[in-house]
Amino acid sequence: MQRGALNVNRIRKDFPILCRKIKDRPLVYFDNAATTQKPLSVIDAIRDYYMNYNSNIHRAVHQMAEEATQAYETTRQKVANLINSPSTDEIIFTRNATEAINLVSHTWGHDNIRKNDRILITELEHHSNIVPWQILCKQSRASLDYVDVDKGGYLDMDQCEKALHNKNTKLISISEVSNVLGTIVPIKKIVKMAHDQNIPVLVDAAQSVPHMPVDVQALDCDFMVFSAHKMLGPTGVGVLYVKKDILEKLEPFISGGDMIKEVHKYDTIYNDLPYKFEAGTPNIADVIGFSAAIDYLSHLGMDKIRDHEIELTRYAMDAMKDIKGITLYGPLDTKNKGGVISFNLGDIHPHDLATILNDHGIAIRSGHHCAQVLMEKFDLSATSRASFYIYNTVEEVDIFINALNDARRLFGI
Amino acid sequence: MSEDIYREIILDHYRNPRNKGSLPNADISIHDSNPLCGDEIDIHLKVEEDTIKDIKFEGRGCAISQASASMLTEQVINKPLNTIKDIAKEDILENIGLMNLGPARIKCALLSLKVLKLGMVKYYADRDPGSAKKIQDESKLY
Repeated sequence: MQRGALNVNRIRKDFPILCRKIKDRPLVYFDNAATTQKPLSVIDAIRDYYMNYNSNIHRAVHQMAEEATQAYETTRQKVANLINSPSTDEIIFTRNATEAINLVSHTWGHDNIRKNDRILITELEHHSNIVPWQILCKQSRASLDYVDVDKGGYLDMDQCEKALHNKNTKLISISEVSNVLGTIVPIKKIVKMAHDQNIPVLVDAAQSVPHMPVDVQALDCDFMVFSAHKMLGPTGVGVLYVKKDILEKLEPFISGGDMIKEVHKYDTIYNDLPYKFEAGTPNIADVIGFSAAIDYLSHLGMDKIRDHEIELTRYAMDAMKDIKGITLYGPLDTKNKGGVISFNLGDIHPHDLATILNDHGIAIRSGHHCAQVLMEKFDLSATSRASFYIYNTVEEVDIFINALNDARRLFGI
Repeated sequence: MSEDIYREIILDHYRNPRNKGSLPNADISIHDSNPLCGDEIDIHLKVEEDTIKDIKFEGRGCAISQASASMLTEQVINKPLNTIKDIAKEDILENIGLMNLGPARIKCALLSLKVLKLGMVKYYADRDPGSAKKIQDESKLY
C-alpha cells in the first residue's frame, strides 16, 4: 500500500497485536467498526501514567496530581482541536458514546421534552441512539418518529424535511455514518433544515470522527457524541460535545464529587463547565491513553485516513461483487460510504460465515450490529460486516476474498 | 478448522431439516431466540399419554442451531415427554459431533434443547402445577 494514501507497512509496526496468529494464520482484523486496535503509544501512555504519576486529578496540589491533571486536561484540548470545538468547556468525558447520549436524554431531554412533543431519529440508528429516546418518550408521553431508509441505504430526505416541519418535533438525533451500511448522512444539510425550524441536532459521530475530518463548527450541530475505543483509544472513554449556550442551561446528570464548587448541608453550588458533568473520579488513565490515540490520528491526517479507507472499500467491493451468491447492502458508491461493508453470501448464516473466516485468521462481525430496526427494514436477521481502518491492506482484502470463496464452495453455492 | 465444524451431517440437516414445519392442534408451542446471533426456534409438540406423538420445529438461524434442532426432533419423537429433562448439553454436542464448540457458538447448538425443555415445563405447568416445579428444577440446562 506504499502507493496509497497511508504508509501502511510502517503503521502496522506500531500495532503489536497485528503480529498475532489466529488458527496459525496471520490475523486479518476487519472488525474495526466494533472497536479498533491500539498502537503501542496508547498502551505506553496508560502504562506511563500508572508507573510514574498515578494520582487523582483536580484536587491535590502535589506534583504528581498536577502532572496527571495536566495530562487529563491536555486530552480535552486535543479533542476540542480534533473536532474544531471553540472551547474545551464544551467537551465532556463520559464512559462511551452511549453514556453521552444518555446524558443528553436525561438532562436536556428531561427539561425540554413534554407531552405530545416528537423526537426524530432514523432507521439507520444504532440501539444506543434509539433506546434512550424510547425511554424518554415513554416518561414524558412524547412520540418517536423515524426517517425511512430506502433499499440503497439512503435516508428519505423529503420525509426528513417534512418531519422537521412538524411543529411538535423538538429534537433530531442522527448518525453521521451508519455502523451497518456505511451510509454517510448529509448532516450539514440536515442541521440547516432543522435549525430553520429551531430544532436542535444531536450527531452520533461514533463511526465518523474516527474515519474522516469532522468539524462541529462547520456542521453547526448542537450535540455530538463518539467513543475513544473506535479510534485507537482505550475502552471506557466517550466524548460529548455540547454547544456552550445549551450546556450552560443544563442540570447535572450524575452528581457527587468533582462536579461541585461548594457543598453545604442542604444546597450545592455546581462546578464550572465542563466539570459540572464529570462527577466522581473519571477514567484518568484511559483519557490519557486517548490523548496518544488522537496524536497518532492527527499525525496521519484525517483526510488521508478517509482516502485510505475509500481505496480499500472500493477494492473490496469490486472483488466481492463478482462472488457468486453475494448480496451487498448499503451504498455502492464509496463517495457516500464509510469503510464498512455489510453483506450476505447465499444462504450461509453470518455466524457460520464468521466461523469459517475465523479459521482463515479473519475477524469480521456477524449479527444484527445493534441495529435491529434497520435489520427489520431489510427483512434480515443478520448480516456479515467487514470494516476497515488505517492498518488494513489490499493483501488482507485478497485473503478475505479467498476465504469467502472457500465458504461458498463448502456450502455448495 | 471449519471443514471439521461444517461436517456433512450438519450441512445435511441444515439443507434438509427433518420434522420442520407447523403442527396444527399442537398441545404445546414454544418459542425462544438467541439474542447474540438472532437464531430463532419454535417447537410444537403433540403429546398423547405423556408420549411425544409428533414434533415439528420452525426457525431461522445458523447451520449449527438449525441442524441441532433437526437432530433433536428425531431423537425425541415417540419418546416419553419427561425423558426430555434428562437430555444433557453433552448429548446434543455429541449428536452434532462438536464437543469443542466455543462459548459463543455453543448457545446456537443448545437453543433447541432449551426451547424443548421450556415446552415440557410449560406442558406440566398447565396440567399439574405441583410437579412442574420439580421437573423444572431437574431439567436445568446449564
